[in-house]
Amino acid sequence: MEENAYKSESIPESAPKKTLPEAVGDFFKKDLVQYIIKRLLMFIPTLFLISVLVFFVIQLPPGDYVSAHIAALASEGEFVDADYAAQLRADYGLDLPVYEQYFKWVKDIIWTPTDSTYYRLYGSHHNWKYSFAYGRDVWDVVDDRLGLTILVTAIIMIFQYAVSLPIAVYASTHQYSVGDYVSSIIGFLGAAIPNFILAIVLMYLSYKWTGNANVGLFSQEMLQNGVHLYNFGDFLKRMIIPIIVIGTSGTCGIIRSVRAQMLDEVGRQYTLTARAKGVPERTIIMKYCFRAAINPTVSGLGGVLSSLFSGSTVTAMVLNMQIQGPVLFKALQAQDMYLAGAIVMVQAVLVVIGILFSDIALAFLDPRIRYSGGGR
Amino acid sequence: MWKKKQKSNEDYYLASQWTLMGRKLKKHKLAKLSMLILLILYLGALFADFLAPYSLDEFDALYKNSAPSKIHWTHEGEFIGPHVYKLEKTIDRTDFSVKITEDTSEYYKINFFVHGSEYKILGLIPCDIHLFGVSQGSNGGSGAKIMLFGTDALGRDIFSRILLGSRISLTIPFASAIISFFLGVTIGSISGYFGGGVDIVIQRIIEVIGAVPQIPLWMALSAAIPPGISTVKMYFYITIILSFINWTGMARVVRGKFLSLKNEDYVMAARLSGVSTWKIIWKHLVPGFMSYLIVSITLGIPGSIVGETSMSYLGLGIKSPATSWGVLLQEASSVTDVASNPHKLIPIIFVTITVLAFNFLGDGIRDAADPYK
Repeated sequence: MEENAYKSESIPESAPKKTLPEAVGDFFKKDLVQYIIKRLLMFIPTLFLISVLVFFVIQLPPGDYVSAHIAALASEGEFVDADYAAQLRADYGLDLPVYEQYFKWVKDIIWTPTDSTYYRLYGSHHNWKYSFAYGRDVWDVVDDRLGLTILVTAIIMIFQYAVSLPIAVYASTHQYSVGDYVSSIIGFLGAAIPNFILAIVLMYLSYKWTGNANVGLFSQEMLQNGVHLYNFGDFLKRMIIPIIVIGTSGTCGIIRSVRAQMLDEVGRQYTLTARAKGVPERTIIMKYCFRAAINPTVSGLGGVLSSLFSGSTVTAMVLNMQIQGPVLFKALQAQDMYLAGAIVMVQAVLVVIGILFSDIALAFLDPRIRYSGGGR
Repeated sequence: MWKKKQKSNEDYYLASQWTLMGRKLKKHKLAKLSMLILLILYLGALFADFLAPYSLDEFDALYKNSAPSKIHWTHEGEFIGPHVYKLEKTIDRTDFSVKITEDTSEYYKINFFVHGSEYKILGLIPCDIHLFGVSQGSNGGSGAKIMLFGTDALGRDIFSRILLGSRISLTIPFASAIISFFLGVTIGSISGYFGGGVDIVIQRIIEVIGAVPQIPLWMALSAAIPPGISTVKMYFYITIILSFINWTGMARVVRGKFLSLKNEDYVMAARLSGVSTWKIIWKHLVPGFMSYLIVSITLGIPGSIVGETSMSYLGLGIKSPATSWGVLLQEASSVTDVASNPHKLIPIIFVTITVLAFNFLGDGIRDAADPYK
């Protein structure tokens, strides 16, 4: 529901008379490249601040992996003496002050060290340091599920927009009709029912009706042979429940904000003018009103991405999906700080990239938006 | 006749923005219904101790995971009014399976204003009267319970817990939404109104906070809050802290609106007449998009109600015996729970109704606040 900041008034001027390819060409020539370079440069301070915040947040709980590990060992009746704990801390670099640990971590992210303690201990190059719980390189663990996480998130995001935008347009052009109420209620229900309950109920129904609870993203057969074209259909079938569960929780917000914006736009004078001039209703709605109304939704794209990452965690745990959310949760619980930090950093980078994309899309939607100074 | 019409016109033209909104809101049926429902829910939370037959820590091992109590009207073919039977545990000698059945030899009438566990009305006046409950059996027996919505795994009444849990589920999300509203409007308006370097710094901060996922924040915060304080208090702290994170969305929108509104003539006029910046922001600019702000508050509250349930699922929110709707739903966190005890899904009805009511109320207010309709 974010409003674009650069817009001065919501009354679109008459669109320039250019064909679409021409407009796209123009757009890319003018200031986009410059703008993207500027934004990419701005990534550096943003990511620096994010990394500080992430490291701080992850360090916030008392204790560290070693103390969590020792507590786990003690609960199994094994005694760990203080010397051993100190030795472990020294090996992992956990005995250093927090800021030193932070700088070492950042150093590791920027360039991979070959002469570190980890290298000597474990004989491998450590990318983004070492995951204590997995006993592997952090990047190794992250990489396992990164592709799938992005794929699943992308599918759910496409579903969200593909479903909610047409519904929003329909609801706004037929305000207070039966369809409007039905779509509102379904949207609200999707937002009102907590994800994990919906997932459990759908799993139960799926088991009752088809005899298969569709848990996890891959069948046994897929795990053995890998996902190919012939079993991709099965993979998509297993995506149905996650899509419904995670997707519907976000559609409500999109429907509500686009509907409200559309209602504002439909009442404006330019719409009346266009109608008086005899422009077909369809053109008015799609070309003028919708284009203006979609603006806050597009600028909220980064936020949607971030809430998808958070929202999918609980669902993924219930449905046993092989995506990053549950790994992050377990890493945070076990205070496996480098792994948790890496996953949060990766997600944050994706969100920041999403925000950049949304800003580019905004400029494309509304030609009056100029990101470089002047030219207003 | 004419005079009357003139009078009503006068009323209309002289009415303040709020009066007009109130009038339009009264015409919105769904919003009115939602308001009524919310009023009932909040009254229920206020008088939860009185309405709930049992307190938070009462339990009965016999009633573990039992389905909602069946309310009977006739006993042995004779009408005697609403009553329940005591449950009875029998062990089948052939396969040693435990069966819970109703013991129909003795009936327990449902009485109103019965004595039960002690509580304080509005936290002040000690009292032990509950709206309804079962006391003595027809043959002087005791031990029967009335569980309108069934019980959880420890034999605690879900109906009572829903009522008592609503005190947390209906208030803390509200507080959190209000706090993030004020932070969002204040910081967003500063960013939009002053622009320049202030704007750039605030926007970067918003970007950074928005990019960090919520779950690590929750976990870190709940682990960092010192142990030993009550879980309700801890949850309250977390919610307050989270609302210090959630303001970013609101701030972005407010900033956008301010960027476009601050150059309007009326703002210039106010500035030239020497109105203070603070007053311009709150008296002249904020009312200009009040409809949006109210809607986002009414949408923010259900968001945090649902968020609370997810956090409870992860075991990060409140912990038993203190309760909230999210904690109650933890009992329904696996397929087997749902399949064998469908009554444990009842709290979801309350969550859904509350969220729907807030959303429709927000809708109604949006329509009412729209000055062009």
